[in-house]
Amino acid sequence: MSDNGSVPFQSHYMPNTPAQRAVMLEALGLDSIDQLFEDIPSEHRSPSLNIPPPTSELELRAELEAMAGANRHTGAHASFLGAGVYNHFIPSMVKPLITRGEFLTSYTPYQAEASQGTLQVAYEFQTMVCSLMGMEVANDGMYEGASSLAEAALMACRVTGREEICVLNTVSPTYREVVETYALPQGLKVTTMDAVRPRLPEGAACLLTQYPNFYGYMEDLEAHKVAAQERDALLVVSTDPVAMGMFRPPGEFGADVVTGEGQAIGVPMSFGGPFIGLFATRKKYLRQMPGRIVGRTVDSEGKTGYVLTLQTREQHIRRERATSNICTSQALLALASAICAAALGKQGLRRVAELSYHKAHYAASLIGRVAGYSFPIRGTFFKEFVVKCPASPSVINERLLESGIIGGLDISHVMPDCMLLCVTEMNTRGQIEALAGALSEFSR
Amino acid sequence: MNTVDNNRKLLMEQSVPGRVGTVLPDLDVPEQPLPGQELLRDEVDLPEITEPEIVRYFTNLSRMNFSIDTHFYPLGSCTMKYNPKINDEAAFLPGFAAIHPQQPVGQVQGALELMHHLQNYLAEITGMAATSLASLAGAQGELCGILMIQKYHRDRGDGDRLKMLVPDSAHGTNPASAAMAGFRVVSIPTDENGNCDLEALKKEATPDLAGMMITLPSTLGLFDPTIVEVNRLIHEAGGLVYADGANMNALLGRVKMGDLGFDVMHLNLHKTFSTPHGGGGPGAGPVCAQPNLQPYLAAPVVEKRAEEGPERFVLSTPEKTIGKVSASHGNFGVLVRAYTYIRTLGDAGLKLVSENAVLNANYILAKLKDKYLLPFDRPCMHEVVLSANWQKAKGVRGLETAKRLLDYGFHAPTMYFPLTVDEALLIEPTETESKETLDEFIEAMRAIDQEATENPELVQNAPHTLPVRRLNEAQAARRPDLRWERKE
Amino acid sequence: MNPRDRKYSKEHEWALVDGSGLVVVGITDYAQDQLGDVVYVELPNAGTEVEQFGKMGEIESVKAVSDIFAPVGGQVVEVNGELEGQPELVNDDPTGGGWMVKVGPENADVEMANLMSAEEYESFLESEAH
Repeated sequence: MSDNGSVPFQSHYMPNTPAQRAVMLEALGLDSIDQLFEDIPSEHRSPSLNIPPPTSELELRAELEAMAGANRHTGAHASFLGAGVYNHFIPSMVKPLITRGEFLTSYTPYQAEASQGTLQVAYEFQTMVCSLMGMEVANDGMYEGASSLAEAALMACRVTGREEICVLNTVSPTYREVVETYALPQGLKVTTMDAVRPRLPEGAACLLTQYPNFYGYMEDLEAHKVAAQERDALLVVSTDPVAMGMFRPPGEFGADVVTGEGQAIGVPMSFGGPFIGLFATRKKYLRQMPGRIVGRTVDSEGKTGYVLTLQTREQHIRRERATSNICTSQALLALASAICAAALGKQGLRRVAELSYHKAHYAASLIGRVAGYSFPIRGTFFKEFVVKCPASPSVINERLLESGIIGGLDISHVMPDCMLLCVTEMNTRGQIEALAGALSEFSR
Repeated sequence: MNTVDNNRKLLMEQSVPGRVGTVLPDLDVPEQPLPGQELLRDEVDLPEITEPEIVRYFTNLSRMNFSIDTHFYPLGSCTMKYNPKINDEAAFLPGFAAIHPQQPVGQVQGALELMHHLQNYLAEITGMAATSLASLAGAQGELCGILMIQKYHRDRGDGDRLKMLVPDSAHGTNPASAAMAGFRVVSIPTDENGNCDLEALKKEATPDLAGMMITLPSTLGLFDPTIVEVNRLIHEAGGLVYADGANMNALLGRVKMGDLGFDVMHLNLHKTFSTPHGGGGPGAGPVCAQPNLQPYLAAPVVEKRAEEGPERFVLSTPEKTIGKVSASHGNFGVLVRAYTYIRTLGDAGLKLVSENAVLNANYILAKLKDKYLLPFDRPCMHEVVLSANWQKAKGVRGLETAKRLLDYGFHAPTMYFPLTVDEALLIEPTETESKETLDEFIEAMRAIDQEATENPELVQNAPHTLPVRRLNEAQAARRPDLRWERKE
Repeated sequence: MNPRDRKYSKEHEWALVDGSGLVVVGITDYAQDQLGDVVYVELPNAGTEVEQFGKMGEIESVKAVSDIFAPVGGQVVEVNGELEGQPELVNDDPTGGGWMVKVGPENADVEMANLMSAEEYESFLESEAH
């Protein structure tokens, strides 16, 4: 573009022309813009900047398309990869609504009168999260599922005044890592324990579980509740909201805090983010809950309206004594989830869950008939299951890719020769049978 | 905004049994046995509502918002600049939006290449050695930076450094992040010129000092000319300095934070690099570090291998990492947008950003300082802090001035922040506003000042033209109503 | 407007010895006015030991949090449960229905003497205002 030096670069994002800038400088009584930067030590002022020159939209679009085109995506491939990030159906109405500038380009609704749209959406979202989880109160969203769980663990320590976090070994390994990143520097202890009949030590603050667990199987929440209760510890459950379309919600098992990754409802996988962390709890713990909360109230004329509320928990008021440093609610993703959940509705969410369930079990039944494949974990699974393979999962995945299939997650580092497969309503019978067919090439 | 009242009905109140919002395919595989009834739930309390109803509902809700696309939004310290449309288009490309974070790296080389470029650009812009894109927001970036400082001290057997200094003008996330990491937070006052009080700093430069968190330019919109000296004092005491990059819009291409002696910092891609705020997220808060802290960066980072091949770009874990802060690799969709923005503007465009942002803020300062108290009478950077104290003397508070601005069609500035300025109005115009818009805003601010004299009630009871009047926040907090509930 | 029957602290709490020898504690009218709409009061449970001038709870308005300090030391024997559902009592009736706790004092004579009379408190407020 105009990097030849003859014409100064003019950006299509910045309206002020050189002539206007001259007028403005005159109003300041200055000759040059450089004078505004004189507080910067002169030896460090205006360094060289090794960034490529400006690029036109036309050229850049082609470059971006080429870069995106270098990735294998679910638009062109069947995928059986899950492990916390899921390929579920997103109705067409979601994208045009969330990209409306009034939602997309607004700020956190501190000015309630100028943000009723965002605030009412938040109230809808909180309502839906409570319904899905069977809980009493929910916040307007956290960063994503793993840090939500970590925040829940910290909250349990605050509520109980204790310092030991117990976590089942069936919780996602990356989720456990994130819990440690948050908890260990504060001097809290994180203890991993077997999911079969866990025994909490005296003084434990909480038991962290995942439902369905990382391997896709339903945990015995009733037993876990008893285990937690024996020590007056909180039961914290991380969940998949799509599973809530058919399975009993953690709230019915007496969970004290329920978190989750909301991505599966309405949010594209986007290589891992941005997502939306779900967070719900009991009314009695409301003031210990982190994150943003929206409440319904009335205006000076008695008309219903919505505001940010219980803000004294938050960092902008309580500073170093806040419940968390979090300042983001992932509002746009909460909007996407709210729209998608409304579109699916009472019947649709159950339908998505059941389609995923039946297809996953059909896939398992086909794979179970292939010699050399077995299922090392017994129990009820939802849409994911672990398969022990007759060959290295990474080798199998390479072969699957040749057939246009993105295979399951290689978990051989925790379970030798095992793969975590995920099947959702997005997988057709043809894809499932192609998967089983390709796997049978390794049978023995 | 005439549909507003109809729109107050919530989804569950509009729900009619039997309506569906989407049609899903029939089951194309043999039905499988369901688990025991004791594991299943009866029904989920979600609405039953059709697509046209949903689209109208959310469209009308959107119309009750102010946004950058519809209004000037001079919210200080938030950098509400225009969010380019190509950024969103790029993030929605199937090759970016429909990829899974756990795919083998050989399948996602394009995504990793983009991340690698972005890491390098951000390191170059900040004058730091390396970048981790893992943190999901500014506050999480702060937490990462503080954890890095903590681990650095502990690795050197210096774990008794438990004190973190934070200026009194700092954003609330700074002390909250330091406290989350287990540090004791000590507040450092601002001097009468708006700079760090060096004498107070010297008193706190003790052997238990872990470091200091500094926003530059400060939340007062000022560049502290003593910053190199401040950083030197911290380093001499054995501490490290964290830079909160929330206000980097003022400094793009003008100075590199690394050159000033900062050890680690975060950037807010949703501020400086034009990714949309979305009504309160998503953001992204990449962390850039000097060589001393580079091994501690949050995992993962993207590395480029020397040899060509199908796995040129790989994900790796820094040697002494503080760990993972999310399940995946960062807010990739936000990273795509920021990358697109940097490429669009290029070196020349980035420099234009800071020039225009700072010029616009100073123009507002010059045109308003006779009507609104200017607590620090010196050129500002990208934002200007004014005080509504003169108006308060007439009986009109800063809050009310801000609400009245809404009636004039402008979003309010940041109010009552920084906490150190009485009746603060923090105004940040950004570079994407025209002189014409600034002039209209200035006129509105001057008109409100006049109203405060002639008709204070008009201002006190503002806003008058929005979907709702002043809301009862006390009631909301006293008797929290946080979700719709079925009436028994 | 500050009742003459009780003593006051520099942190704007009042302390009143009732008929049974317990000390009733609340915050002053000035304090509630400064706070604005009170939305939540966090108080110690009955049975908790508090120290004179030690932190005993928190009081929240819409956008601020303040500590509440015990004007006298001793054991908390009763807590005003009404405040849970109606924190606005602190605004509406700070020296009556908005009382917070009753303390069984350990050293009432000495500690009450550390506090100000209503007149002293009022001149203290005046000096603070300048």
